[in-house]
Amino acid sequence: MVTVDYYVVLSAILFIIGALGVLSRRNPLIIFMSIELMLNAANLAFVAFSSVYESFTGQIFVFFVIAVAAAEVAVGLALLVEIFKSKKNINIDEMNSLKG
Amino acid sequence: MTDLIVFLVLSLVAIASALGMLFSRNTVYSALFLVLNFVVVAVFYLLLGAPFIAMAQITVYAGAIMVLFLFVIMLLGAENLPPSEVLPWQRPLAILLSTILAIESIYLVFARARSDASIISPDASVNTIENLREMAMTLFNQFLLPFEVTSILLLVAMVGAIVLNKREKAG
Repeated sequence: MVTVDYYVVLSAILFIIGALGVLSRRNPLIIFMSIELMLNAANLAFVAFSSVYESFTGQIFVFFVIAVAAAEVAVGLALLVEIFKSKKNINIDEMNSLKG
Repeated sequence: MTDLIVFLVLSLVAIASALGMLFSRNTVYSALFLVLNFVVVAVFYLLLGAPFIAMAQITVYAGAIMVLFLFVIMLLGAENLPPSEVLPWQRPLAILLSTILAIESIYLVFARARSDASIISPDASVNTIENLREMAMTLFNQFLLPFEVTSILLLVAMVGAIVLNKREKAG
């Protein structure tokens, strides 16, 4: 008998793993992946509640979150490639200038 | 009982793959662990009766986004970045803050009032066509404006990515 609490706890655990990744890793690619993991954890909670309340609004919201995540990754990875071309590395501690 | 076992096994795989993503030294392994995590979450969406979202998850996340990640990792040759420890207190502080967040969220889940209405029916055999039709009706009636704004957002992201990587003309 799976209640919605199980899904919320799982979603919280995945979100915390993502937050730990953003806070502790120095590789910007891993940080991006952790952000995706956090978005995904929030989506899981949305779909779980949408299933409980038998409403489609949660699923629609997940649809929008997926679209925004795709846009974010496209721009973010383009920025990373550009930073790599100008600095020859992607160490996140050296990304401290706006024009380089 | 069966659905509880299925849920526990799948959540173990999801948490293990998330931790694998976090602790892998090689960035390519991290990306592949994240693909596994996205696929498991898509299976959760199927269990929760959201087949459209599950398929969108697999095509957009596990397909497009992670292929883009792998492409950039291999383009930059960033498989094995040397570990750089500039801030020695960063990792303990990160673990402390995450633990606080974990305690808070677990407390919030278990502190709220119980209700039997929150049980997810185990044999919710969702009609896929019906789910798609209902979802399309909601999306194109109630959420038409956000849907159109999303298309503009995707267009802006596409133009932005191209402009950022445009080669400067000499002279």
